[in-house]
Amino acid sequence: MQLTVWTYEGPPHVGAMRIATAMEGIHYVLHAPQGDTYADLLFTMIERRDKRPPVTYTTFEARDLGTDTAEIFKNAAREAYERFQPQAMLVGASCTAELIQDDPGGLAKALALPIPVVPLELPSYQRKENWGASETFYHLVRALAGPHAPAPGSERPPRDAGRRPRCNLLGPTALGFRHRDDVAEITRLLDRLGIDVAVTAPLGATPADIARLGEADFNVVLYPEIAQTAAGWLTRTFRQPATKTVPIGFGATIDFVKEVAEIAGVDPTAVLAGAPSRLPWYSRSVDSTYLTGKRVFIFGDATHVVAAARIADKELGFKVVGLGTYSREFARDVRAAAEHYGVEALITDDYLEVEEKVAELHPELVLGTQMERHIAKRLRVPCAVISAPVHVQDFPARYSPQMGFEGANVIFDTFVHPLMMGLEEHLLGMFRGDFEFHDEVQPSHLGHGAAPAQDPTQIKEAEVEKTEIVSVAQGVTWAAEAEQELRKIPFFVRGKARRNTERFAEERGLATITVETLYDAKAHFGR
Amino acid sequence: MNPAGVARVTTGCSEAPVLRERGQREVFCGLTGIIWLHRKIQDAFFLIVGSRTCAHLMQSAAGVMIFAEPRFATAVIEERDLAGMADANEELDRVVTQLLARRPEIKLLFLVGSCPSEVIKLDLSRAAGRLNEKFAPTTRILNYSGSGIETTFTQGEDACLAALVPEMPEAPAGAPASLLVVGSLADVVEDQFRRLFDDLGIGPVGFLPPRSSTELPAVGPNTRFLMAQPYLAETRRVLEKRGAQALQAPYPFGAEGTTAWLKAAADCFGVDESRFTAVTALGRERAKRALSHYQQQLAGKSIFFFPDSQLEIPLARFLSRELSMRIAEIGTPYLHRQNLAAELDLLPDGTVLSEGQDVDRQLDRARAARPDLTVCGLGLANPLEAEGLTTKWAIELVFTPIQGYEQAGDLAELFARPLNRAARLEV
Repeated sequence: MQLTVWTYEGPPHVGAMRIATAMEGIHYVLHAPQGDTYADLLFTMIERRDKRPPVTYTTFEARDLGTDTAEIFKNAAREAYERFQPQAMLVGASCTAELIQDDPGGLAKALALPIPVVPLELPSYQRKENWGASETFYHLVRALAGPHAPAPGSERPPRDAGRRPRCNLLGPTALGFRHRDDVAEITRLLDRLGIDVAVTAPLGATPADIARLGEADFNVVLYPEIAQTAAGWLTRTFRQPATKTVPIGFGATIDFVKEVAEIAGVDPTAVLAGAPSRLPWYSRSVDSTYLTGKRVFIFGDATHVVAAARIADKELGFKVVGLGTYSREFARDVRAAAEHYGVEALITDDYLEVEEKVAELHPELVLGTQMERHIAKRLRVPCAVISAPVHVQDFPARYSPQMGFEGANVIFDTFVHPLMMGLEEHLLGMFRGDFEFHDEVQPSHLGHGAAPAQDPTQIKEAEVEKTEIVSVAQGVTWAAEAEQELRKIPFFVRGKARRNTERFAEERGLATITVETLYDAKAHFGR
Repeated sequence: MNPAGVARVTTGCSEAPVLRERGQREVFCGLTGIIWLHRKIQDAFFLIVGSRTCAHLMQSAAGVMIFAEPRFATAVIEERDLAGMADANEELDRVVTQLLARRPEIKLLFLVGSCPSEVIKLDLSRAAGRLNEKFAPTTRILNYSGSGIETTFTQGEDACLAALVPEMPEAPAGAPASLLVVGSLADVVEDQFRRLFDDLGIGPVGFLPPRSSTELPAVGPNTRFLMAQPYLAETRRVLEKRGAQALQAPYPFGAEGTTAWLKAAADCFGVDESRFTAVTALGRERAKRALSHYQQQLAGKSIFFFPDSQLEIPLARFLSRELSMRIAEIGTPYLHRQNLAAELDLLPDGTVLSEGQDVDRQLDRARAARPDLTVCGLGLANPLEAEGLTTKWAIELVFTPIQGYEQAGDLAELFARPLNRAARLEV
């Protein structure tokens, strides 16, 4: 048993739902008790989808156990077929149904429905959401595209010279972090390179689209957590190459363009020459000088953290002080990236462990998920959300991709926005004695940060717990004079100064912090 | 359209036939009761013994992380726990020990059963007994089931309160009559009722659940109890087993419901008519005034309830009698006739009642009825809005203080707001 307060990923059948809900013309019959239908609200409330997920739950009860749960499943599958007339069906079990061992695959087969039925074996007690999504997509691709596979060992016929190269975009799902906008951005980028998108899957694809995945010249893997397994099978079966670079960030987008151009045999010069991103100039502009060496902690899914670390380090001039992921399947990639930045990767799905790490490192910026947003709020560190698990706010109305050149612009704003702006930081330093600058004044551009928007799924009576700046020291007291001096330090760095000074005093066994201690600590920690 | 299989009735609804449905349900399981129970009983902690799905449900249903450190958690059952039962018990003890080391201020720990723990027959009552030997009296350990195979949404509270009843001290023999209000109410509502009972001269008055687990009221044959929530069937049964007697009343929604609810207590405690009228006049007047703001907007509008909290019947009664709304259908996850007897009598003739759910069929009925307002769960609300139906999230009716005179206007406002919004928007 694992004690958990919050969890980064749902169970694997929620991953399967993300595939089914992303697609058209498919239905998922899930052997599950009442209560598991909560998952519907992830899509209708958090993602604001206007349709119910295409999922039928069998809703078995205690009194059905040991008698006719198998019959309940068969009825549900039959009725779902009649009502929704899908082109293909996924069948599986949630964690409770897994224990009663009804074998949805076998039961569905016995119904002999006139459509492809793909059974899913998603061990709930071992695996989690992203794995479930990946496995579901892989089995769906195998089942639907498999019948069109060329004979083993046969060569792929050369592309007709008269047509543009074609690729599939693999990996975007329902409830993904900005997947909808990434697909639009990358489709446009590929078009400018002279490459057509044959099928985007699973987002928006029908079972018929999945069946013709093998027709494209190559595959673009947008989200390895979801699509890498399926892409690997497509490479082996259809001899379709697959991309390795995920185009998040300016540099990664350039690498991606080069990689795709190489695979497709097109000339990237024009696209690269006109690389329309403001990130490089914004980052070089004088106003960004204050970003230099800002200490950043990054946690989220593997794809987004690896990308965020590269952007933070190379494109914004931050210092990566912590890097981690909950995607155990991709731990190796994150460890390799962490090593590159000289830190040790934190691989965990325990958010308390992440909180401890953030408190210990006291970074100036946290890039993370909704969990880290909360941790950062508690510790009063600025934070930007870069990865799932998501929140209704992470499905903005505006166009807000993470990928491609526009994605790089969005990311520049996202990472920089929670921090003080350059000019503001200087002015605050200069005018700190001014009566209009005091503790209670929020930086002007953070006005909304003081009162976070309400999430409709939140409870009205909920009262966000108030927290104080955490003192690291115990038994260290501040001399009145030193306390006075501390107040002269601009409020936005005062918390850090307090913590640093206390740590400094504690490490040296000082019982009282004097003005001297304060400045000794400042000299010690100065960068 | 009169849906097949539903006969219309002619007088009241106490004998009315009910459409009983069996199919896919769109209802939370009993675990979700923890979301309000952990805020109500402030020294209690709820440990769900369940799967990753349970943990995911809790954070999704509550919105991601409203509380920095909520007083609930999940002991996630893993592959190796399924290998052998002895192992699972040891694991549970380890997790509880770890938890109580982290949260030593916890006075009461509930082990909450889930679908998987029920299916593998993990005996949580034995576990609670075993852990009590280790942690009592510092921390008392109880158990109940909030599993989706046994409970819907608000029944989790029923199971939790029923688990508390044996812990209530025995009222001494010959103790004077006391009143117990059963069902969690927002603190502000509880205080309002307490003041009214004081003014009526009724007392002592206890509340279940109490705000602190150490303040459990006493119970005995001289205890009379008034149910504040209609979904507490099991709690009622175990209280009656301890000799307490239930007072039959409608639930305290709106001016009429609140008056009738208070009157049941007043009659039982021999409060004379004039005093009752004097004490309640002000509140009744204020409630009516507050409701009058919404009369025009709501009167004649039709409303369709999908099953959710078991509050549907009292709410429909309030809306039809005090705001003249028309009832298209009242769905309820479970219809407890005894607890709702006073309510059913007050429903308009011919009201369509359905119990349980087959969500696809019910959606067909709602589409055919085209109600002005549809009360439904979070999974259905946006899709129905997209179909042009105006909706109200059922869950808000559970989380918002809506009982009593002072909340009557707030309650009406919850129904008026979606209609108001729909009327304003030109997009």
